[in-house]
Amino acid sequence: MSHFIDRRLNPKGKSLGNRQRFLRRARAQIREAVQKSLKESAVADIGKDRKVRISTKGTREPRFRLDPRAGGEHDFVLPGNREFVPGDEIKKPRAGEGKSRGKEAADFGEGEDDFEFTMTQEEILDIFFEDLELPNLVRTTLKETPSRTWRRAGITTSGSPTQINLLRTMRNAFGRRLVLKRPRPADIEALETRLEALEHRGADTQEARAEIVMLKEELARALAKRKWIAFIDPVDVRFNAFTEQPIPTSQAVMFCLMDVSGSMGEREKDLAKRFYMLLHLFLKRRYERVDIVFIRHTHDAQEVDEQEFFYSRQSGGTIVSTALEKMLEIQRERYVTADWNIYAAQASDGYTQSGDARHCVEILNEQIMPLCQYYAYIEILDEREMEVFANEDSGAELWRAYRTAASLWPNFATKRIAKPADIFPVFRELFKKSEAV
Amino acid sequence: MATPLFTEAEWNFAALDRVYRAIEEIALDDLKLDVYPNQIEVISSEQMLDAYSSLGMPLMYHHWSFGKLFAREEQLYRGGHSGLAYEIVINSNPCISYLLEENSMVMQALVIAHAAFGHNHFFKNNYLFQQWTNAEGILDYLAFAKRYIAACEDRHGRDDVEAVLDSAHALMEQGVFRYRRPPKPSKERTLEKRRRRMEYEEESRNELWRTLPAGVEPPAAPPTIDPEEDFGSEMKLPEENLLYFVEKYSPVLRPWQRELLRIVRSLAQYFYPQRQTKVMNEGCATFVHHTIMNMLYDRGLITEGSLLEFLHSHTSVVFQPDFDDRRFSGLNPYALGYGMMADIKRICEEPTVEDREWFPEFAGSGDWMAVLRNAWANYRDESFIEQFLSPKLMRDFRLFMLHDRSDAPNYRVMAIHDDQGYRRMRSALARQYDVGAADANIQIAGANLQGDRKLHVEHKMHSGIPLHEPTRELVCAHLERLWGHEVVLSETEDA
Repeated sequence: MSHFIDRRLNPKGKSLGNRQRFLRRARAQIREAVQKSLKESAVADIGKDRKVRISTKGTREPRFRLDPRAGGEHDFVLPGNREFVPGDEIKKPRAGEGKSRGKEAADFGEGEDDFEFTMTQEEILDIFFEDLELPNLVRTTLKETPSRTWRRAGITTSGSPTQINLLRTMRNAFGRRLVLKRPRPADIEALETRLEALEHRGADTQEARAEIVMLKEELARALAKRKWIAFIDPVDVRFNAFTEQPIPTSQAVMFCLMDVSGSMGEREKDLAKRFYMLLHLFLKRRYERVDIVFIRHTHDAQEVDEQEFFYSRQSGGTIVSTALEKMLEIQRERYVTADWNIYAAQASDGYTQSGDARHCVEILNEQIMPLCQYYAYIEILDEREMEVFANEDSGAELWRAYRTAASLWPNFATKRIAKPADIFPVFRELFKKSEAV
Repeated sequence: MATPLFTEAEWNFAALDRVYRAIEEIALDDLKLDVYPNQIEVISSEQMLDAYSSLGMPLMYHHWSFGKLFAREEQLYRGGHSGLAYEIVINSNPCISYLLEENSMVMQALVIAHAAFGHNHFFKNNYLFQQWTNAEGILDYLAFAKRYIAACEDRHGRDDVEAVLDSAHALMEQGVFRYRRPPKPSKERTLEKRRRRMEYEEESRNELWRTLPAGVEPPAAPPTIDPEEDFGSEMKLPEENLLYFVEKYSPVLRPWQRELLRIVRSLAQYFYPQRQTKVMNEGCATFVHHTIMNMLYDRGLITEGSLLEFLHSHTSVVFQPDFDDRRFSGLNPYALGYGMMADIKRICEEPTVEDREWFPEFAGSGDWMAVLRNAWANYRDESFIEQFLSPKLMRDFRLFMLHDRSDAPNYRVMAIHDDQGYRRMRSALARQYDVGAADANIQIAGANLQGDRKLHVEHKMHSGIPLHEPTRELVCAHLERLWGHEVVLSETEDA
């Protein structure tokens, strides 16, 4: 008897359910830890598997245990005596120092303050983006959406051969054959052998002859019956039916506008990129059908691809309005508002050619805002500047100009970011799930 | 001389089968081991991690703490801080052992001898396992537990189920009968009871209660009175099994919650003998694999190279670092268990004068397997050490005993491995392995079911050692959740 079973091909991830329960349980701690670890990581590392250290608050598993340090006395035996004799005194290790005294440490130490483990990108982003969504997303142009899905819709009597439901068909055929008493091959064979046996013996008696005639008739009847009672009749055939269903989706496009001019230092660009990186991950994860348009500008704006937007360098003067014009141009060309939800996020350090700010606001008020579901402006500041501009109303030219636009349009948001730690709260605030839609 | 069973380092199923047969022959014919039928499964490292996180069982209900365990083990393993066990073996009939696919052929042979015969024999013959665990039924029971808890999650919501399990887990160590044997209902009775319980639940689901404001619970079910289970109609106090008591008498729990408590305490009871026999169990398995591997070599069934590879891993398994070594983490149960058993063999075969004085019953008897089989069957760690630890082994381990008073700045050396110290130290070491004394002795002292429903719990302190304060409060909160009313924990010195 073989005693070995090869289980290596059994499905893996048996404890996935446990893991999900654990993540759910430690949600608050994990969210904190994820945000902290995202803050410290480089732009390119956002959205990778990473180690997360959480406090065990919330996932503690307390048990009653004795605490010999708090009182009482006890004996214990250790191995490895070299020089001790009875009566010797050994200094106790102080708390926290007792690492080498493994048993002691295990017995007395708390040992479970922090808990470190690895989370996958999926899990991290799930946690990070929970409760976030694009604001004011309107289900526009249902008729235009090409996406449809096929759904099962029971069984029909007509269809294409590839959709035949064999089980149903065979069952119907079997039932019909039973009811109509279609002779089975075995029955016919029995008749034939009987007939053959009789004929072989020779039709010597009256009875035998009569039987042969009768058998022949019976056989002919049976064969005929088999012919007109088909094994599978067209009435038996059933097909799986499917119906087409439109998937209600909404088309959305997100314009990402970033200032990469000379006034934006490395730090500012890094902050802006981090913000867009998050936005990018968020959109890709939550909305399968969101188009993202990357526009970067100096004194001149151009549409670039993802790679270039995040990783290439460029420098030059600053004219913010060029980016807005570029955006409008692309919108007119590819994203006609009737069919599209339009979003825009703009990041800049707030400096632009003098006079340009007014021009920007004009474009915004007259052309862009009527089209947009939501427009977020993120201004990247120095930390010192942040203190100077603690008041929302004071700021650089562009900021002040945009504030007037913000007061006009409820779907226009302005936020400031001075350090990496600001990105996450600001991001969450901008894309918080709103109650009423 | 026979030809070796294998010469390649890589294993394959044909070689495993040959080795298994050879080992089986030695184990059954020469060592006269008595084992459950074996079922040996080869698994990948990922599956081994899975098995770790479900307490080594092939199936287990879902709970976040197992996910936490998995995350921790995975982190340690991926970081290279800890290797995986070579095997896991389950006390069931048939006895299931898992072999890791990464093991070399020699390791697989070692593991088969260790788990499928060493542990297996111990599970089948040791009195604690015989009396307290049900090897036939454990897998069925786990399947039931898993299904039942999943059904409860569907019906009552994950959070509610989780809350009960959390509290039950916190009290798991206090969820065993230490001295009194728990009743063992037959399978039919269990099924019948389960059916009745479900029916009761269906009946007590009253649509009227749904109209009450949230937070108002339907009246709790009366404690299920069961003549076979009830040790008399009166509460028996004091009661050491906290989970059992709460399951029976809690005024607030609903039937399904009681069933969850029962599942957790059944598992605690199932694992309890393993906690009491760590040294013996590992010692037995290690001694058996050592004996069998050497016999395989003596018979020419494994090569010299294989023997050396085996010895290399054997010595690292039974390595005992000194107390001041960085690697020290308590006495290694493999080292102590194997050391004592190898010592018994030595005493039977080549006793010294000292041995004859200490072990007159078997010193020089020659039949070491008989002595060992008897020890494996009838002892647990505490009694085994008290009975069989020899002065020679204490010298080999260079054991010494310290006295720790919590208010003194120093430990005091009370005994070392010399004539004055042997007996005293042996008793102290035995006590160290007495799970009943190492666990806090906590009992239900009283419960007022009619009046304020206050539950009195008592910690009987041993030598004045109190409970760890912060965890004490946390666990009490869990107990309070299950009891539904105030819980008072007092600590008194055990007379």
